[in-house]
Amino acid sequence: MPKGAVRIDVERCKGCGLCISACPHGVLAFSGTLNTSGYDVVRMERPEACVGCAFCAMTCPDIAVEVYREKSPAKEG
Amino acid sequence: MPASPTGMTKVFSRPSSLTDARFTYCPGCHHGIITRIIGDAIDKLGIVERTVGIAPVGCSVFAYLWYRCDALQVAHGRASAVATGLKRANPDLIVFSYQGDGDFASIGAAESIHAANRGENITVIFVNNQVYGMTGGEMAPTTLVGQKTSTTPDGRDPRVSGYPIRFSEMLAQLEAPTYITRQALYDTRRINDTTRAVEKAFRNQAEGAGYSLVEILATCPTNWRMSPSKANRHVEEVVTRVFPLGDLVDRG
Amino acid sequence: MEQRMLLRGNEVIAEAAIRAGCQCYFAYPITPQAELLEHMARNMPRLGRAFVQAESEVAAISMVYGAAAAGVRVMTSSSSPGISLKQEGISYLAGSRLPAVIVNVVRGGPGLGNIAPSQCDYFQATKGGGHGDYRMIVLGPSTVPEAGELTMLAFDLADRYRTPVMILADGLLGQMMEPVSLPEPVDPASLPNKPWATTGAAGRDPNIILSFDLDPEKLKEMNQVLQETYHRITENEVRCEETETEDAEIVIAAYGTIARIAKSVIRMARADGIRLGLFRPITLWPFPYDPLRALADRVETVLTVEMSAGQMWEDVRLAIAERAATPFYGEMGGVVPTPRAILNEVIKHAR
Repeated sequence: MPKGAVRIDVERCKGCGLCISACPHGVLAFSGTLNTSGYDVVRMERPEACVGCAFCAMTCPDIAVEVYREKSPAKEG
Repeated sequence: MPASPTGMTKVFSRPSSLTDARFTYCPGCHHGIITRIIGDAIDKLGIVERTVGIAPVGCSVFAYLWYRCDALQVAHGRASAVATGLKRANPDLIVFSYQGDGDFASIGAAESIHAANRGENITVIFVNNQVYGMTGGEMAPTTLVGQKTSTTPDGRDPRVSGYPIRFSEMLAQLEAPTYITRQALYDTRRINDTTRAVEKAFRNQAEGAGYSLVEILATCPTNWRMSPSKANRHVEEVVTRVFPLGDLVDRG
Repeated sequence: MEQRMLLRGNEVIAEAAIRAGCQCYFAYPITPQAELLEHMARNMPRLGRAFVQAESEVAAISMVYGAAAAGVRVMTSSSSPGISLKQEGISYLAGSRLPAVIVNVVRGGPGLGNIAPSQCDYFQATKGGGHGDYRMIVLGPSTVPEAGELTMLAFDLADRYRTPVMILADGLLGQMMEPVSLPEPVDPASLPNKPWATTGAAGRDPNIILSFDLDPEKLKEMNQVLQETYHRITENEVRCEETETEDAEIVIAAYGTIARIAKSVIRMARADGIRLGLFRPITLWPFPYDPLRALADRVETVLTVEMSAGQMWEDVRLAIAERAATPFYGEMGGVVPTPRAILNEVIKHAR
């Protein structure tokens, strides 16, 4: 599986947790750190498990998530 | 936004037809997902420069802040009639109205029916979360029997307040509409289906194909008194039994 | 070259709108303005312009909002109860600074009333039937040709000030036929561009049209823009007509159909030795307070005559205060006073 990563905009995140439920690999969790709006922001707790499927980003109602993926060498060329 | 990881390509980012404004919606509210999906459709079709959005009265009253296109904020319930006026004045515009259950199915019921009946070449997004969010959680025409709201504190009683209206089914009886579908957002698969439906609804207009309506079963975690995840499950397990998902009309 | 046509008031208003470059017309049928709707139904489509019979007057004014936002000239018409339905939409048009022309062919009221002519919507038109601090330019034609002229003027004023404009006619004017010459049509494409309109944000920042701000200070600023506009309109657009007031001892204040009847009364009164004149407001808003006040300094009595319980009468008294006597004669319910009935009132007050 290709490796992936997400980046979460701390100030956009409202701590709704939909991304945590959407992630099939248990990558995400609440960080326990509040942003300036008082929301418990989500972070990658198990980054090594991320495959860049973007399910989290698709469900995020605040478009707070950007998703990255390694290009799979077998698919190129 | 934190720095991007090295050696990886970005595969998901904010649609370019949306502004950078932060949404004013509650945590977990599906309005934000729908807004992103609309932005994606506008991006994909390359129509931002001729799109005009119509914001209703309701939680999405600020919808004009989210898009990089011309927009109007209009009187409660009247978005379908305003869309008619815009489109008849300038058929080259891509006109979409974005309405909640009060705006579309209660105060705006006549305008919604007649824009559909005239087959206006517009795109209507109907956000059905079975409650009036902005004004504090009152009953909507789509509120479920037994559902507690601020005006049905003991649960909706059909003897007093009737039954939830399946508006899309009513409009599906009309001859003119080109595309009427009901979608949801409670998991990734449904989000993908909704994405395709919304894109189709915009593409239909761009191709002059006629009236397209996408009803989206959305959550209102705040007024349902549920967490966002529980609210998603509520749509999946309860709401879809009253409002079945799928295409009701597809003449495109 | 102008052609001379025999048309009824409703048709003249419709034809004048078309010649003014009205691109869209949306309305719901109601008596006594059906002929306006029918003229538009016959002519707008063949000119490639938009005609929609809306599902209600509420829908019609909302369609007007959309077309106005798109930057085109647009009109709706109705009569009293239908105009009541449009009030929210008119408030939105005013608050959003959108130009539009709204025609009220007034009938007997209140409630369903009847379909006879009346002037009982003056308050609704000039004091704002809709909510909020707004005004609307209100034009009161007195003859069929004037109905055509004022309709064309209405579109110009609406665009110039970015505000809704009302033609306040009545059922008699709507139905009456007179010979009319209308000017050559304006080509809508030749009208000045509206940079604020929602024409699609190609090559510019998006245009947002709304009438709303949660921040009171910002909404106050929006209101101040409206008030400044209304101030400019009041300075520049007052219109009125005086007939035989130079030597008058008593003057009738009247507008619309009553003013027309009053011109006959002047002939009858002067034949009887009464020096009667007529003060006729043409803009009911902005009301011609200053000219009327100046006239009141020179005459004994200003008799207001209206087909109502006395609505314009309040503005007449506001203008005149103690400068002259300000009696009133009115007929309600759609009753049209005869010249003889008005003359009897004149005689009563002149002696």
